[in-house]
Amino acid sequence: MSLRSTVHAEIAAVAAEQEKRMPPITDDLVMLETEFDSLCFALLVARMEDLTGADPFSEMEADDLPVTVGDLVALYDRAAAKKAA
Amino acid sequence: MILRETLLAAGGLEGLFLSDPREKRDLAGIVGGPRDASVSERLAGKRVLLAVGGQMAAARAMLALDGLVARLALVPPGLAPEHVARIASDSEAEIAVCDADGLPEGDLPGLPRIAVEAAAQAAAEKGQETEWALATSGTTGAPKLVAHTLDGLAGGINTAAAPEPGTVWSTFYDIRRYGGLQVFLRAMLAPASLVLSDRHEPVRDYLIRASERQVTHILGTPSHWRLALMSNALSRLAPRYVRLSGEIADQTVLDLLRAAFPEARMAHAYASTEGGVGFTVEDGCEGFPAALIGARAGIEIAVRDDALYVRSGRTGRRYLGATPEPLMAEDGFVDTGDLVERRGERYHFLGRRSGVINVGGAKVQPEEVEAVVNLHSSVSMSRVRARPNPILGAVVEAEVVLRAGTDATDPAALKKAIIAHCRPRLSGHKVPASVRFVEDLPLTSGGKLVRRMP
Repeated sequence: MSLRSTVHAEIAAVAAEQEKRMPPITDDLVMLETEFDSLCFALLVARMEDLTGADPFSEMEADDLPVTVGDLVALYDRAAAKKAA
Repeated sequence: MILRETLLAAGGLEGLFLSDPREKRDLAGIVGGPRDASVSERLAGKRVLLAVGGQMAAARAMLALDGLVARLALVPPGLAPEHVARIASDSEAEIAVCDADGLPEGDLPGLPRIAVEAAAQAAAEKGQETEWALATSGTTGAPKLVAHTLDGLAGGINTAAAPEPGTVWSTFYDIRRYGGLQVFLRAMLAPASLVLSDRHEPVRDYLIRASERQVTHILGTPSHWRLALMSNALSRLAPRYVRLSGEIADQTVLDLLRAAFPEARMAHAYASTEGGVGFTVEDGCEGFPAALIGARAGIEIAVRDDALYVRSGRTGRRYLGATPEPLMAEDGFVDTGDLVERRGERYHFLGRRSGVINVGGAKVQPEEVEAVVNLHSSVSMSRVRARPNPILGAVVEAEVVLRAGTDATDPAALKKAIIAHCRPRLSGHKVPASVRFVEDLPLTSGGKLVRRMP
């Protein structure tokens, strides 16, 4: 599974478990404008760390802060590239 | 000190306001305006339960009742009815100042009520010292009530300094919690305008509202800030002062805030409902300088057995309730329960001695979660701990020793099953975010789980 589809799938899974209604998950979706709250976000980040071994949030610059789903995918992409390097 | 009288004596209220998502009120109109002598008479000298929905009503009542009533017990929003009842009984409330959102019709049937709209017209005549009762952010069961004096609550605030012109305070917190009350008092004792939040309001809407009201001084927990940092509405704020409290502020969140607001003064405060405001750190680094240990004006900080102790006039006076445990030791020190470690010239926070996990400001007692995890048929025993998390500071992780003979050929599925088992039995932030299988768990010589972080 690509990193993008993993991020999309985990957002959908966390939202379903937390009983949040989400619009279709696309790269330009702004996460804080949905029902995806801070607990959902925290769970998503923990799972992504379990799946990819990367926690880009703990060593992040202000410009990296994700606003959209696409930003989040890019953040994990960069973390994966950094790990591989 | 009486809040309303202090405000009236300070003068300069023209142009100052209190606002929430629904309305904006002139501060002069709130503290001035006609007073109702019959309402004041009904409330004078009474122990009062303040149970209202919104923060505007709470703020107006607090201004009207300080100095008039004997005790003012603040009910934070969103509590279960049995916890509101517990606060009423622990505070020995004689009358409730309430509205339909804070105390629905039929709740606490024996307690006389007075509508908050009427109570906001009350005023202290002679002026007696009101005891303020604040709820701790509860772990299991009911929150505990801590008695404070107004002077103690305001002890960390420099009331002598004139406020910077144009100061507008705001906080993500509720002003009926210790952290939020600090901001309320800072604004009122300045005096300065104050923008109130609402717990149902999305972060983005609050940030936009705060920027429209030109907020200059703003307080949140590290978790509040982490979430705000991910909103593109944050760039609309131009604060002069950014404050963090209520959780451990790590270097990442401090650096991100510094980058977002390069011009702002930034401070992380160490404070709790029981211990009051301990100290404030303004150098932008996590932890606190070792030089803060010892006695300074008005406060003494000590480290005993790796935990932080505070003695000052700002700590709570005592717990309220039928069988209260002592809040402070005989020497006057309050044990904060927060573990610290010295690294060079700085102390760093390690977490709670009791193992209590702080999930974005919501406390989780590990034993409560373990009891649920242990009900799962594959689980022999478990230990629940904090797993560091960049969004909420921590999430819950369960280490599980499986029963002998458990089929663990698909560990991922078994972990999911254990988490799914917890979900209907625990509120969301208490459900483990992850499960780790371990061979065994360390016990103390007394047979208890070792909870301290290695």
